[in-house]
Amino acid sequence: MSVTVRVPTIMRGLTSGVAEVAVEGGTLAQVLAALDAAHPGTRGRVLDDGGRLRRFVNVYVGDEDVRFASGLDTPTPAGTLVSIIPAVAGG
Amino acid sequence: MTPPTMSVLPALHPSATQLPSGPATGLRCRECGATYPLAPEHVCVECFGPLEVDYDLDALRRVTRKSVAAGPPSMWRYVGLLPAGHDEATRVSLGAGMTRLHRADNLGRELGMRRLWVKDDSGNPTHSFKDRVVSVALSAAREFGFTTVACASTGNLANAVAAHAAQANLGSVVLIPADLEAGKVVSTAVYGGTLVAVDGTYDDVNRLCAEIAGELPWAFVNVNLRPYYAEGSKTLGYEVAEQLGWRLPAQVVVPMASGSLLTKVDKAFGEFGTLGLVEPSPYAVFGAQASGCAPISAAFRAGHDVVTPVRPATIAKSLAIGNPADGGYALDSVRRTGGAVADVPDEEIVAGIRLLASTEGIFAETAGGVTVATLRRLLDGGLLDPAVETVLLNTGDGLKTLDAVAPVVGPTATIAPSLEAFRKAGLA
Repeated sequence: MSVTVRVPTIMRGLTSGVAEVAVEGGTLAQVLAALDAAHPGTRGRVLDDGGRLRRFVNVYVGDEDVRFASGLDTPTPAGTLVSIIPAVAGG
Repeated sequence: MTPPTMSVLPALHPSATQLPSGPATGLRCRECGATYPLAPEHVCVECFGPLEVDYDLDALRRVTRKSVAAGPPSMWRYVGLLPAGHDEATRVSLGAGMTRLHRADNLGRELGMRRLWVKDDSGNPTHSFKDRVVSVALSAAREFGFTTVACASTGNLANAVAAHAAQANLGSVVLIPADLEAGKVVSTAVYGGTLVAVDGTYDDVNRLCAEIAGELPWAFVNVNLRPYYAEGSKTLGYEVAEQLGWRLPAQVVVPMASGSLLTKVDKAFGEFGTLGLVEPSPYAVFGAQASGCAPISAAFRAGHDVVTPVRPATIAKSLAIGNPADGGYALDSVRRTGGAVADVPDEEIVAGIRLLASTEGIFAETAGGVTVATLRRLLDGGLLDPAVETVLLNTGDGLKTLDAVAPVVGPTATIAPSLEAFRKAGLA
């Protein structure tokens, strides 16, 4: 069940500059664990010490903001694109 | 997490040079305190927290009432308290700021208030407060060496970016939700530049911009230039204090989308007190939202300090940010100062627009309707004191959102061009 994770610029120091990483995982939590196994330190950037999504990071599974889905339990079917994006201010 | 002494950001910008001499010394993460050199960056690499401009307090202290008064009749009279625009040769300005502070006795009487003012930012060059933030952001963009500026916008920012970029000979790329009011689309497109209508909500557009900003060497005013951009909002607070005769109002009511403006007005009042430009005095900050997009108001009511995103559904499109990045900080400001947050349904927004227009001759956009209607709610709920001096911020012009009021206002009568018809219609 391979999914693609789009890594934001500020995290690419942990992925040797790579913008898209293919990993295995049926849920967002599993995907982040697999990403961290391949590129140590990535999960700690996205999740806080309590294992929750950090306040200023938005994660999308496909087009869906996971906060409107099932959070870290959001299913990530094969072929899904997971995007990690910093929150930005309004306009 | 232990803050590192100075973190390194992966650069994606034409120049990493320092801004021309001004009081700004660096960037600091609001969440974990990590510090960075001045650069066109907005996110902490350690924790994704937002970066804010740090200042040299001694440099800020050089600003006096006299030095401000000797400045231009625009927001740039406060340049000594801003992070960009210190070199007039590269400053980008259409003359935003020093909009009128209007004494609103009629509206105050209607609402049972003793002293009410409207700070009317519809008088800015592109008719909203966004001219302030864009003027600072584009000045910073130039100083960093960018040649293309961009933004995600609910409309007002689009107008301001396109206009300022046109005058400054910068390329502009503006992304808007495709369902924006026609007035805001036309009044952006007229300045030239690239205008992209995105089939989605503002939050979708914002997401797209965050992704583009990571790939292209463009100055996104509300993404990679956000620390500089947001500081421009402080000038609204500075002006209120100066125009009141160098003192702070007891209460201020601010419309909220991302929540940034509210936090910056609070910051402005605090800075003026710290710097001795006003006698420090207690003030309460109140936030106004539309019920169709009220995530900050909901968090306030629930006693939460974290804002849960919502999907917007309101006529107040300039406030329709379902995932407000500064919501938590806005709640901090409101609670720390003893203010409150409330929200109002669309029909009250329209009534608020009409009330302000019919009592004070000020035609506000939907955000202004939200603020007036929320003021009424806060008074009805006993959350805002009618007896003390209050300033209401009107952030935009009603001509931008005619659609909101067009269904409920119109000609009193339509008649033939004759005196007889005039009389017959009961108009004499």
